[in-house]
Order: sequence, then C-alpha cells, then structure tokens
Amino acid sequence: MGKFEGVEMKGISKSFNGVFANRDVDFHVGPGEIVGLLGENGAGKTTLMNILYGLYRPDGGEILIGGKPVSMDSPRGAMRAGIGMVHQHFMLVQNHTVAENVVLGDEKAPFFFPVKATIHRIEEFGRHFGLQVNPASPVWQLSAGEQQRVEIVKALMYGAELLILDEPTSVLTPIEVKELFSTLRAMAAQGKAVVIISHKLEEITDVCSRVAILRKGALVGEADPAVTSRQELARMMVGRDVVLSMPRAELPRGSNVLDVDDLHVMGDRGTEMVSGVTFRLYRNEIFGIAGVSGNGQRELVEAITGLRKPKSGSVLLEGAETAGESAKVMSRLGVAHVPEERIKFGIVPNLLIYENAVLKSHHAKPFSDVVFLDYDVIRAHAEGIVEKYSVSAPSIDAPMKNLSGGNIQKLIIGREISGGPALLVASHPTYGLDVGATEYIRLRLIERRDAGGAVLLVSEDLEEIYAICDRVAVMYRGRFMGVVEPSTTPVEDVGLMMAGGKQVPQEALP
Amino acid sequence: MTIRLIEEDRNEPTVLFSALILAASLAAGLLTMAAIFAASGKDPVAGLWRIFRSGFFTSYGIGETLSRALPLALVGTGLAVAFRGKFWNIGGEGQILAGATCATWVALTLGPTAFPAPIAIALMLLAGAAGGAFWAFLAALLKNRAEMNETISTLMLNYVLAEFVRFLIVGPWKGKTQHGFPYTDNIADKLVLATFPGTRIPYLTVVVAGLAMAAAHILLRRTKFGYEIRVLGENREAARYAGIDAKKLTILMMLVSGGLAGIAGFSEIATNHKHMTYPDTISAGYGFTGIIVARLAGLDPRFIPFAALFFAGILVGGDSIQIAMGLPAATVQVFQGVILVFLIMGEYFVRNRLRLSFRGGHRHG
Repeated sequence: MGKFEGVEMKGISKSFNGVFANRDVDFHVGPGEIVGLLGENGAGKTTLMNILYGLYRPDGGEILIGGKPVSMDSPRGAMRAGIGMVHQHFMLVQNHTVAENVVLGDEKAPFFFPVKATIHRIEEFGRHFGLQVNPASPVWQLSAGEQQRVEIVKALMYGAELLILDEPTSVLTPIEVKELFSTLRAMAAQGKAVVIISHKLEEITDVCSRVAILRKGALVGEADPAVTSRQELARMMVGRDVVLSMPRAELPRGSNVLDVDDLHVMGDRGTEMVSGVTFRLYRNEIFGIAGVSGNGQRELVEAITGLRKPKSGSVLLEGAETAGESAKVMSRLGVAHVPEERIKFGIVPNLLIYENAVLKSHHAKPFSDVVFLDYDVIRAHAEGIVEKYSVSAPSIDAPMKNLSGGNIQKLIIGREISGGPALLVASHPTYGLDVGATEYIRLRLIERRDAGGAVLLVSEDLEEIYAICDRVAVMYRGRFMGVVEPSTTPVEDVGLMMAGGKQVPQEALP
Repeated sequence: MTIRLIEEDRNEPTVLFSALILAASLAAGLLTMAAIFAASGKDPVAGLWRIFRSGFFTSYGIGETLSRALPLALVGTGLAVAFRGKFWNIGGEGQILAGATCATWVALTLGPTAFPAPIAIALMLLAGAAGGAFWAFLAALLKNRAEMNETISTLMLNYVLAEFVRFLIVGPWKGKTQHGFPYTDNIADKLVLATFPGTRIPYLTVVVAGLAMAAAHILLRRTKFGYEIRVLGENREAARYAGIDAKKLTILMMLVSGGLAGIAGFSEIATNHKHMTYPDTISAGYGFTGIIVARLAGLDPRFIPFAALFFAGILVGGDSIQIAMGLPAATVQVFQGVILVFLIMGEYFVRNRLRLSFRGGHRHG
C-alpha cells in the first residue's frame, strides 16, 4: 500500500441485542494526529474502534481509507490496511520471549529461524520510537509498561500507520505514562496517526491534538483540548455538570480504629509481598494506599480483612489483636470490604440481587438463625440498599449479572456500608467506572468518613487519592515509601515514590 | 453477501422456553436413537415404542420402573446437592456399594436377631448412610488436603470399593449357605423391607426418598448451608471473600451426597438382593445414571422424581429390547449417553441466542 492518507468512518451504527452501541458516528483521523476518543464506560468508544480494527462489522455506515471505501472483516485485514490496536488487556503469550511474541503474528517473518531474523528489527524499532525492550526477555518478567511497549512495537512492525490504544494508561505509573506520551508524540511527528480511547480527562488534555466525545453511542462533538477546559469536556462526556473536586469538611482526627504494626504477609507464589508495614488509621479519616498494582496492596488488604493469615506482625482493631482471624470474624468485628475486581470477588453473578445483598452477612442475625435464612428480612434489606444507593435495577429478583458495572459497585458499597462498619476497606472502588458512578462512589466514601468511620482506600488513581484522602501511604515492593498528606505534597513526589524513586521517613506514630 | 452465525447471551430464559428446549433435546435424542436402531437393521419406531411401552405402559413395567427410580432418585438428589457446589462427584457407584457393604455387615452381624425389626432395619439404614458418606468423605478429604481433582478421586474410589466387595464375597464373607456362589449369606427375613404387594417397591425407601428430595430442596433454597453451597458453586472467589469455609462445606455436601447414595445401597440389599454379591449387580450403574438424572432435573430436587422415573423407564425398556429385539446390553447405555449429550447441548441454547446475519459487503483488495 502507498502512503497513509488517513481513515474516515462515516455514519457508523452498531447494536447489540437491540441496544445501540454506536449510532450514526462520524470519526476521522489523519497522519500526524493524536486524537482522543473520550466517553464514559459504555459510550461506545471501544466498539467504534473494534469496528475499525475489523473485530466487529458495523450494521450501517462505511469506512474509508484514503478516500476509498473498505470493508474490514478481520484484524488481519485491518493490519494489512495499516491499522494496529493495543487492547486494554495485553494479548501476549506469557511464557514466550518478547521476540517470540512479535514473530507470532508477523506475516513477513521467515519460516525458518524467524526469531533470529526479527531480533535486530525489534531493537531498531525500539531505538527509532524510544521503545526500550529486550527481545530476549520472557514476557512474564516484564512490567505492565514494558508489555505495553511490546504490543506497540508489535503493531508498528506489522506495518501500522494508525495505532489505536484502548485505555493505555490504566496500568502505568506516572513516569511510564510520560514515556508513553513521548513515544506517541515521536510517532505523530513521523506522520503516523494515533487514537487514544480514554475516560480520563487528564491524559486526553495532555497528549491529544483533538478530542472526539461519545455519549450513549453517539458523537456529541469534537473539541480542541488546548482551549477547552476539563470541566467543559466532563460536561460533554456526562451530559451534566460534574463535581471534579470533592467537598470535604475539615474534621479532627477521631479515635484509633486500626493499628497495623510491622506486618509481613506472604503472596500466593510463596514470596513475601508485604514486608514490614506499619500505620495507624483513625475515625473521620480516609487513609489512601497509592501504588501500582502488584506491590503488595492486595496481600495487605487481605491480611486486614481476614482473607489471608499474615506471616508476622500485628493488626489491632480498636485495640484488640485480630491478626490471623477469619474473614467471617473480621466482618462481624466491623470490617467491611469493597473488593478489587468486583465481579470476580464481590458478587455471585448468577444469583439474584437480593441474594447478593447479604453476601458475607448472610450468616448473622437478622438475616438468618442457626439454620434458616429469613428471606423476608433479606428482601427488605435488598430493597433498602437498592433505593438508598440508587442502584438502577429492574427488580431485586433479577440476576446480579444483568446490572451494569456501576450499579454492581453501588450495590456492593451499599451492602458494605449499611452495617455502619468501624473500618471500610475499599480496593480500587472506582476502577473502570464511568464519571457519574465514580463521583457517586467517592461521595459515599467521604460520607462514611464524615459519619465517623475509618476508610482505607487502595487506589492506583492519583487523582482519586488526591481528591478524597486525608493521608496517603505509597506502597512499593511491599513497603511504604512514606506516609504523606496530599494537601502538602506535590503529586509528582507521590509518582516518584510509586516508582520507588523517592522515600520519605515515616512519621513517628502518635 | 456473507452469512454469519451470531451468538449472543440470553439473559433470562423463560420457563416455557427452557421446557421447549428440554423437549427438543429429548426429541433429538430419540431421533438419534431411532437412527441407531435403523443402522443396526431394526425397525426404529418399533424399537423406541418397545422401550417406552415396556417401561411405562405395562403393569409389570410400571412396577419395575418405580422400583428402579428409587435408587436413581436417592443418588440423583445427593448429586444435585454436590453439583450445585460444583463438586463433581462421579463416585455414586462406590458410595452405593459402601452403603450396601455396611448395611450388609450390620445385617449379618445381627443375624436372626432378638432386636425388633424396625430397630434393626433402622440400624442397617444408618449404617448404609454412614458407609456411603464415609466413602464420599474420603474424596472430600483428598480434595481439601491434597487438592486432588474430585472427578478423578471419586471415579477411582469406585474401583477400590468394587474390588473390595469382590474380595469380600469370595473371601471372608462368602456365604456358607450359598452352594459355592460368590454371595454372602442372606440377611434374616425380618430384615427384608416390606414392599407394595406384588412389586419390588419398599414402603420405607419411598418415604425416605420423598423426604430426601423435600429436605434437599429446603436445604438448597432456605438454609444458610444451601446458600453457601450455591455461592461456592457459582463463584469460588466470592465465597472466599464472604468468609465461607469451602473445605467445611465440601465435606458437608459430600456427606449428604454420599449418605443418600449409601441409603440407596442399603435399600437394594434389603429389598432386591438380600445378600451382597458382585458389585456391578448391586450398584447397577445407578451411580452414573444418577448423574444424568440430576442433570435432567436441572439440579433441582423438585424435578428429580420425574427425571428418575424417566430414566428408570428407559432402563426397564432397555432390558426388554435386549431380550425381544436381540440388541446388545450396551444399547441402553448408548441411549443414556445420547440423551446426556443432547441435554448438555440444549443447555447451550438456553443460555445463548443464535441468529443468522445476512449482509452485503465489498472487500478491499
């Protein structure tokens, strides 16, 4: 094919089960452009790009490349037409090396000794675009940022002139985000086109030259991020005004709820994931734990909520030792838990909504006696949560799996808060949620704090940490790099600490 | 022009739709059986009709069908409980045999006892339940302690017990009154269960099976234990999150599952055989057919009676075509297998919606 002349999508429509995912959407991207595709979850961003990448066929509309209509019927066809895509979840074979992964889909690789022939090309592409990867490393050894680089190199080597990135920053540290953006700028400078799918305003305004906003499957409009405020972009995306900064009352620190001392916890693979963590958490406080996933946050949370026995150290809940107690006991003692990966851990998709509304409290009064469950009480409780936490559900008799991600999370939040827990542990509570649901969940966490609860918030999202936390610990390789107050610490410092590049001595415990 | 088959989730299948799919699955199974009859040179219509007529429309057949439905219902109910918790117990055969062995041991130990019959029979029943439960408990223990896959452990435990029974009947338990046959002595007459006159249907087992199905339904739908089984079966991770003790639950549900199979073993000994003999004769494939019964009932104890009667009828009808049409004994097993395959396929259609998409399109060069 000749020089890349840009892609145009005209009047694209696509529906699933009679629900429009895309409705008459026009979209175009030319050489040298970095275009942001902004929208809430379910706005149809990924569907639109999957159509361009040949994964779905549109019900209506057409795709033009260089002005000529084309039909994309497979990703392979899209790659031949110069379109590459990096999905949110990487599609790499974990046990293979970088070079082996690249060769796997490479049509140009020779039949014999393909890896040998490819290694120097990988290094060449890496130098050219600032994408450092070692072709000989097995993929499982790479960080999320490095795996993403492999995906990008792969797409470029297959001849991509247009690179589509789906939520590219969700797994990256702030420094990796900066590196990614400079790579993308280098690509654009060389005439390649980039589309970034995102619902994060910050990154869109940082790197994009133009933004297209989708809402409920339809194109709302386009904007120039250089002259459009974030507030304005958020309004276009959500369709109403959004509170970007959370109102929080200044509250004096309450009594001590959680006292963790020199905690060591082993991970699933038999290595120590938490190595001597010490902190105290008080009523009327939201204590954040920032850090890239996989640095021991999960194990720390599991040790506090009773899901994992710590190796050593103590966990005092309101003065009483609880290290090693079961999840059932911890729940009874007043520790509520909004788990990460809500669908995997927090609900039973095939059970009904009311059955899910008592998960974890099902074994205690008033929901059950020694043997039997009291379904009248359970149903009333479920109705209460659905109403109070504005869970949009057809009825409490519907299977849980019919709810959207935001409504699932609202039900979980409602279920966990309804007992008025002394300690609420929330892991990535807004991960993957749209702006509206995110705002709602954050307000509920603040409400819990204001009502006298202690909240432990684990999040990778620094914006979230800064918006609602009173104090933040930054976790890196099983240790706290420091405990700081967002109000007096620049976000760059926290970013550096997340990457292990800075450590502040921990305050003496009061 | 391209035609594509599109697969979509069907969110809430209606009861009517599920029933239609079930009927269609059974019909497809029957058609396949008809084809198999035709291929072996038999008249397919006559073959199928003979199966159903012998199983469901003759007075002898109905009695036999009810008699064979009892162990199927007991085993199927137990399996429904275990399968709800996603514990794949395919050790029904071994658990039936374990129950039969323990019940026989109690009967032989008591001999022509001075105990009143009801107490002696109650002891046999409890021994049967305990035996089946113990054999199932071993598989649960292997799962909990050694993370051994239960499909393998339960299956292998079947063979262990079958060989043990063979050893008993030719060795230490070989009956002195059985003229050299590999049987134990017969149990005392007063320990034999009373049956409906002219049939092999024991009153006691009918009552116990009925209670078991009712209890299993209440257990799954109304109790904490049942709720936890369903949570564990549907989402193991959520069960852990909710503080549900999966190991304890695994043991409890296997005790229920194996206990019911053990009662079936007791009933077979105390009604039909009156002594212990070859393992295949005692368990008679009920442990495996029970899997299909539980499946056909949708793992819902309320539907177990219908599924058990259906397959009992096929077993009875199958015996009859072996004799009347000269078909091999395996025909019935083929029939069961075919039905199971179509049931599983039918479940796919209940969960997913398929439609054809016709659309034009031009390709770029």
